[in-house]
Amino acid sequence: MLKIRNLQSGYGKIRVLKHVSMHVDPGEIVTIIGANGAGKTTLLSTIAGLVKATTGEADFKGTNTLKVKADAIPALGCVMVPEGRQVFAAMTVEENLLLGGHVLQKQGKQVLADLLQHQYERFPILRDRREQLAGTLSGGEQQMLAIGRALMSKPSLVMMDEPSTGLAPLIVKEIFQIIVRLREEGNTVLLVEQNAKAALGIADRGYVMETGKIILQGPAEDLLANQDVQRAYLGRERTEKQ
Amino acid sequence: MKKILSILPLLVAVIGLHILTSATDTMYYLTQMTMSAYYSLLIIGLCALMGYAGQISIGHAGFFAIGGYISAALTTRSLIPYQDSFLVKLFDSAGFLFVGQDIYGDSLLVFTPWAACGIAVLTAALIAVAIGIPVLKLKGHYLAMATLGFGIIVYRIALATEYFGEADGISEVPAFVLLPGLSVSGSFGDRVQNYYIAWGLLLIGMLLLLNLMDSRVGRALRGIHGSDEAADAMGVNTARFKLQTFVLSAVFAAIAGVFLTHYNGGIGPSEAGVMKSVRYVAIVAVGGMANLWGTLLMGIVLNFFSLRGSFGSYDDAVFGLILILIMLFAPNGILSINIRSCLRLLPGRNKADREGEV
Repeated sequence: MLKIRNLQSGYGKIRVLKHVSMHVDPGEIVTIIGANGAGKTTLLSTIAGLVKATTGEADFKGTNTLKVKADAIPALGCVMVPEGRQVFAAMTVEENLLLGGHVLQKQGKQVLADLLQHQYERFPILRDRREQLAGTLSGGEQQMLAIGRALMSKPSLVMMDEPSTGLAPLIVKEIFQIIVRLREEGNTVLLVEQNAKAALGIADRGYVMETGKIILQGPAEDLLANQDVQRAYLGRERTEKQ
Repeated sequence: MKKILSILPLLVAVIGLHILTSATDTMYYLTQMTMSAYYSLLIIGLCALMGYAGQISIGHAGFFAIGGYISAALTTRSLIPYQDSFLVKLFDSAGFLFVGQDIYGDSLLVFTPWAACGIAVLTAALIAVAIGIPVLKLKGHYLAMATLGFGIIVYRIALATEYFGEADGISEVPAFVLLPGLSVSGSFGDRVQNYYIAWGLLLIGMLLLLNLMDSRVGRALRGIHGSDEAADAMGVNTARFKLQTFVLSAVFAAIAGVFLTHYNGGIGPSEAGVMKSVRYVAIVAVGGMANLWGTLLMGIVLNFFSLRGSFGSYDDAVFGLILILIMLFAPNGILSINIRSCLRLLPGRNKADREGEV
C-alpha cells in the first residue's frame, strides 16, 4: 500500500531523514518507534507532503506522494492524525468532523451524514459533545476527535503521530484499543510512537529509528524481544537466568 | 432557506426605519443610512476574509477606491479626443459608450455606468488576484504590513494622477440608472429609492455570505483560521480558498465603492486613505470577528454616527479608542459582552460578596 524508498528530507540545510526505506501492507498496523529527534514525525510529515523531500519516493497506491501538494494527499486516501491533536479549537466537535470529510464533497451530503453517525457510534463521547467547541475538550477527547476527523475522509491509510502524547495511562490504553479496532474494521494504520512498549504491543510490524535512519525492523514480537530495543526503548535490561 | 428567514427581521427593520423617519419628519437620516449600508457592504466582505479565513487586510479602502475611482473616471472623462482609436471604437460598438453633455453643455463621450461598473469591479478583482497570490503567502503581521503597503500605493496613485483628479478627486459623477426609473444618485427626490437600493444590495450580500460561511467553504475557512497546516492535512486547498475569499471581499469593496461614488456624485482620495482601512478592520473586530451579524450591526451604527458627525474632528481618534476598548474588554466582539459579569466588576458591591462567588 505504501512503499518508501531511499527517502531523504529535512528542514533547510538540516538533513533529518537519511535513506529511509520501509513499507506498509494493507490491513496491518505498522509502528515506527524511536527516541526524541530520531525523525519519526519528519517521516510522517514528509509522506503527508508537509515537509519537502530532497530525494527518494513514497509510493502510495501508485502515486508518489512526494510530488503531490499536501492538500491533495487526503483525497488519495492517506490521512494524518497530527501530533498534539491539532483540532480546530474555535470550531465545534461536529464542524471539526465535517471538515475532516472535506475531500468527499462530490459524494453528497448523505455520505457525509452517514460517516458522521459512524464516528459518533465509534466515539459516543463525541456525540454528547457535538455542539461543544473542540478547544474545550479534554486531551483524550481531543485525540478521539482528531482520529474521528481523520476517518471522516474514508482513508485507506491512517497515519498517527504520537497519539499517546500527554494522556493519562488509562486513556492511552483506550486510544490503543481504538487503533486495534480500526484494524479489525479493515483499516491500515501507520503509527509513530515514543511509547514503544504499547505500540509494539498492538502492532504487526515495527521499525526502529535512530538519528534519521532505520536501524532495526521486523515483526513486533521480535522487536519486543530484541535485547537492543529493550535496553534502549523499553527501559529494562533482560536479566539472564542462571 | 433558513438564511432567508434569518434576514427577514432585518428587512422589517429597514422598512420600519423608513416608516419611522417619514412619520417623524426625519427622513434626512436615510441619507446617512444609505451611505452606512454601502460601507457595511465592504465591511461584511472584510469580515469573511478576516473573521472567518483569518487573513487580515489593512488595504481594503484601496479596493473601495479602485471601484469608485474607475467608475467615476470612466463615466466623466470624455473620450472624444480618442474617438478614432481602435479601442474606443471597439467599446462603442459593444454598446459601452454613450454621448452625453457636461454641465457646460459640451458634448461628452463616456462609458455607460453599467459598463463602467463592470470594468471597475473586474479591475478590482484582477488586482486582488495579482496582489493576493504573493501576499497571502504571508501570515500575521507580515500580511498586515503588505496589505497596508498596497493601501498606501492606491492612495498615493489617486493623489498623484491627473486622470483621477489628484487631491480634488472626481466630481460630477452622473447618476447610475440601474433600471428605468431606478437610479443611484444623490438627488433629493431619489432619497427613498436609494435607501432601498443600498439596503437591498447589503441584504443580498449578507445572504450570500451567511450561506457561504455556513457551508463546506465556511468550515474550510475557519479551519484555515485555526491552522493552515492542519487544514492542509484535512485536504483543504488553503492557498486557493484564501485567494478566493480575498477576491470576494475585494469585489464587495469595489461594488460598494462604485455605488457610493454614484450616490455621492464624486469620490476623493480620502476614501483610499489608510485610516479608512484601519476603521474597517476596527469595525470587524468590534463586531466580533467571525460574526457577520455583529459586524453588520457595528458597521451600520458606527458609520452612521461617524457620518452624522457625532465624533466631530476626533473621528479617527474615536475609532482608535473603540478598538483599544474592545480588545481590552470584549475581545469576542460587542455582542459577546456579558452584562452580568460587567456589573460584577463595577464597584459598589462589597468584597465579601465577590469573593463568595469565586
